[in-house]
Amino acid sequence: MVEQPMQEHIIVRTTNVTKSFQLGKHELLVLKGISLKIAAGRYISIMGPSGSGKSTLFNMIGGLDKPTSGKVFIDEVDIAQLDAYELAWLRCRKIGYIFQTFNLIPVMTALENVTLPMIFAGTGNDEAMERGMELLRLVGLDQRHSHRPSELSGGQQQRVAVARALANNPAIILADEPTGNLDLKTGEEIIGLLKQMSSERGVTIISATHDFKMLNVSDEVIWIRDGLIDKIEQRDELNISMGTIE
Amino acid sequence: MERLAALPFSKSVEIAYKSIRVRFFRSLVTTASLVLAVAFLCYVQVVNNIATSLLQSGDPEALRALARAGYDINGVTTIGESAQQQWLVALSLLVCVVGIINAQLMAVSERFREIGTMKCLGALDRVIMLLFLLEAGMQGFAGSLLGVLVGTLAGVAGSAVSLGAIVFAGLPPAALALTGLQSVLVGCLLSLAGVLYPAIAAARMEPVEAMRVEQ
Repeated sequence: MVEQPMQEHIIVRTTNVTKSFQLGKHELLVLKGISLKIAAGRYISIMGPSGSGKSTLFNMIGGLDKPTSGKVFIDEVDIAQLDAYELAWLRCRKIGYIFQTFNLIPVMTALENVTLPMIFAGTGNDEAMERGMELLRLVGLDQRHSHRPSELSGGQQQRVAVARALANNPAIILADEPTGNLDLKTGEEIIGLLKQMSSERGVTIISATHDFKMLNVSDEVIWIRDGLIDKIEQRDELNISMGTIE
Repeated sequence: MERLAALPFSKSVEIAYKSIRVRFFRSLVTTASLVLAVAFLCYVQVVNNIATSLLQSGDPEALRALARAGYDINGVTTIGESAQQQWLVALSLLVCVVGIINAQLMAVSERFREIGTMKCLGALDRVIMLLFLLEAGMQGFAGSLLGVLVGTLAGVAGSAVSLGAIVFAGLPPAALALTGLQSVLVGCLLSLAGVLYPAIAAARMEPVEAMRVEQ
């Protein structure tokens, strides 16, 4: 097949998404109408100061929270229309999540954490174990497969989380501040790992962050300010504004 | 959009079992009040089973022992629970359920983040619910067995003290087995009743809500 860059597959689309939270008597409008399109296979960073609404937007895109108004489409399917089983399938098979606080299941070993989404997806035990070990090898932790999260460092926990996010070969990886709780070096390792997934496996990476290290690897940066899209910069535009990219 | 198949039951059992094993001491705390309540229920019934068995044996020595111990044996064929005993048993079971609900609410809220994470990974509400019910069922079963063991031993020992060594000659195996079975059943039901509300609350949470909880 000849590549047709003009007809990119739009994997995520939002139309005029708003979200408000009730804080006591006050209603706080966090997202004020976000419309965006994300093409498959790209590395997207959602940038913005804390409180700008980027994590809220992240949750909307991931189907983890419902917008107050507006719609979110994944592969052109309105996720508000999905029933519980379809939503579970979306979360299980289509999307891989990575969190700032790692969120590994504390009572499970690294390998069990990685295989859990496969078990939910109905994969057989042996196959799950085999693929789980493969993924742990990919993130360089196959030697520590029987360790619990409490016996792993922050960077190692996040690498297990990356392996878990890849468990069911998702089309999208959503990463909410994946480097927020990590030091500079381990943060860079995680970013490198995500970039590698994006370029080798064609996974769409969407990352909410305020870590400027992320800019180096992003294809596109969506800047959020006060619940609105401030600007969207492509990689070549970033080159000019940053001037430090390889 | 495709639909996710339900998690096989055996897998749910495996996850629930592992979860209890890893959190062994937490489970012990949750189960402790159940063990005591079931033991008390079992104790009261075992004492009555033994007394009834002696009464029905018609052995004059046994009847003398019963009379000495204060049983009213004139014109009755079985010795049941007195009204006071019934009240005590009912109260202890009630206290036990409240205790379990309390302990389970704590245990569930400790696991909010875990529940949210599991939902993000594709766990359905009913899977979360089932996992908690299975855990409670296993805890209830193990706790009840222990309670029955303790209650039966205490019942036999208590009867031996009040009625003398004669009780060992007339132990009624069938009645004791039935009492044990009933007590285990009651224990499991209590454990499930205690976890029901916390499990429903946990299963209904939106993943984001569950993960926003500070821990």
